[in-house]
Amino acid sequence: MKKAILFFLILSLLTAPAVAQVTPTGEDILRHVDANIGSDNKIATSQMIIHGRRGSRSIKSKSWIYGEEKSFTEYLAPPREAGTKMLKLRDQLWTYIPSTDRTIKISGHMLKQSVMGSDLSYEDMMEDPKLLNLYEANVIEEETFLDRPCWVLELRAKVEDISYHSRKIWVDMERYVSLKEERFARSGKLLKVFEVKEVRQIQNRWIPSRMVFKDALKSGKGTEYFIESIEFNANIPESLFTKASLR
Amino acid sequence: MIKFIFKGILRDRSRSLFPILVVACGVFLTVAFYCYLEGAINMFIDTGAKFDSGHVKVMSRAYAENSDLMPNDLAYIGVEQLMKELKRDYPGYVWTKRIRFGGLLDVPDEKGETRAQGPVAGLALDLSAEDSLEWELLRIEDSIVQGKAPEKPGEILISDEFATRLEISVGETATLIGSTMYGSMAAANFTVAGTVRFGISALDRGAMVADVKDIQTALDMEDAAGEILGFSEDFIYREEGAGLISQKFNAKYEGEKDEFAPLMKSLHEQGGMIEMLDMINLYIPVMVTVFIIVMSIVLWNAGLIGSLRRYGEIGVRLAMGESKGHLYRSMIGESLILGSIGTVIGTALALALSLWMQEKGINISQLMQSSTLLINDVLRSKITPASFVIGFIPGLFANVLGSSIAGIGIYRRKTAQLMKELEV
Repeated sequence: MKKAILFFLILSLLTAPAVAQVTPTGEDILRHVDANIGSDNKIATSQMIIHGRRGSRSIKSKSWIYGEEKSFTEYLAPPREAGTKMLKLRDQLWTYIPSTDRTIKISGHMLKQSVMGSDLSYEDMMEDPKLLNLYEANVIEEETFLDRPCWVLELRAKVEDISYHSRKIWVDMERYVSLKEERFARSGKLLKVFEVKEVRQIQNRWIPSRMVFKDALKSGKGTEYFIESIEFNANIPESLFTKASLR
Repeated sequence: MIKFIFKGILRDRSRSLFPILVVACGVFLTVAFYCYLEGAINMFIDTGAKFDSGHVKVMSRAYAENSDLMPNDLAYIGVEQLMKELKRDYPGYVWTKRIRFGGLLDVPDEKGETRAQGPVAGLALDLSAEDSLEWELLRIEDSIVQGKAPEKPGEILISDEFATRLEISVGETATLIGSTMYGSMAAANFTVAGTVRFGISALDRGAMVADVKDIQTALDMEDAAGEILGFSEDFIYREEGAGLISQKFNAKYEGEKDEFAPLMKSLHEQGGMIEMLDMINLYIPVMVTVFIIVMSIVLWNAGLIGSLRRYGEIGVRLAMGESKGHLYRSMIGESLILGSIGTVIGTALALALSLWMQEKGINISQLMQSSTLLINDVLRSKITPASFVIGFIPGLFANVLGSSIAGIGIYRRKTAQLMKELEV
């Protein structure tokens, strides 16, 4: 009898780490997701196709991103938007519109407005890209999405001032890429849906290269977002992230 | 007999002064109340029509669904052609295109940085058109407090209160920050040509008036406008006429499936106006009728009391041999004369007050500071042809009716008991 108890005790001690390895904690998964997408700096050229009620239009931009706190974006097309620039420094955002030759700070309720008519808001642009800094995560189930096995995580905000109080995300078990996100308000109302349509491996990272954002409160057909090129750990001059460089 | 009654009324003040005063007061209240209600309804419809709904309004179907939210992304494209068609097909109406928009007005300092900023309720009007209605319709030049009306492209008017709050002066530049028709951020510089006060709190808090062409450029709305407003040529709203032309217009586009096809709505059909106007049409006559009935009862009672008070006098006149019929008729004649004099005095006083209220009005802007309704801050009455005669209902009929009922008592008096009654 004593031998049997000892056997089961040893067996349970041996198998426990193995079970934990199969289903990592939500925090571990988020840490991997953040590490995959984050870098010291990057330069990306992207295109947005906005599918509105009146038809679709395309907007091209180039972004220089320095860590989590600084970014500079210049819109390249269409001609009406070309030359518009945006500068994010920590929790502040400025835009330069060449037709007015004015640098305008975007604050207050303007942050809730859509970026160039897309399904993304300025608040979406402003938020910390590292989910672990904002949310506590729990793995709630496993599911296959886009033929990829995923963990489904429920994220609850651990900071007060946040655009989305909770999220549900589908994370690719192998690549640690968030393939789908549902973002909710404090009331539980669905605000945004984000779905990855294509993932590419660039510089040993799995990067979503085509995705669709849908503002659940808008009647359009969503915004497609393509990353045309991305360069990690690029050489970006510090002087780019100043208001002077907007003009 | 009339001469005899007149002499009696003039010589015996107790028979004339009090009844005339009571009738005049009752009629004054009735006529003044009626004129005030007429003025309030007229102001409500007129202000709403001029600033918001027109007598009819044409929008895209999609825009019409949420027109209160000013969804310029759903505005009608091809506005110039549609305006031509409207002018051709409905010659009894005049048309003007408008864009209502929201946004921020940002005032720069000398370095171009934000000095002050505030939300605006924008109204883009067709100010530069040769046949523009807007100047007269909204009495823009009369509403200017400082500066001048916009003359050149890029000039705007802002509400005086808003200018004070932003500490912006006439001649300074301000940047409008809003959304284009396609949802992008829009920004455009404007020069403040002047400041205005429309006398409507909802607008005077933060209005910006600009030429529609400037706003079309700023908001990327080429040949597009949120709304085309139509007014009857004499600017009098006729519910039936407006309903008929909107039916005719909408029938033309009935087969179209496009959510951006034009849709016409009469003032009646816009923003809960059906319910509001139906309520006005139902309740206002009821209120006026109830008020007239109450005043009639008061004056009827006055007539009754007047006749009963003269119990002794009637007895003496009967004892002296005056016939009951003659006495009854003379009392009715007397009340007719008293009622007429009181009604004329009451109506004249009420019309004088209503005329003052019509021209000057009472400013209630202090009470309207948080109002979001397009209601004028100055309460005004309105004198209509009915105002001249409505006072005769309580003033004349009720008074005569009271005397007639009280006078029936004359026929019940018994000559045999008269001496005994008079001794008492």
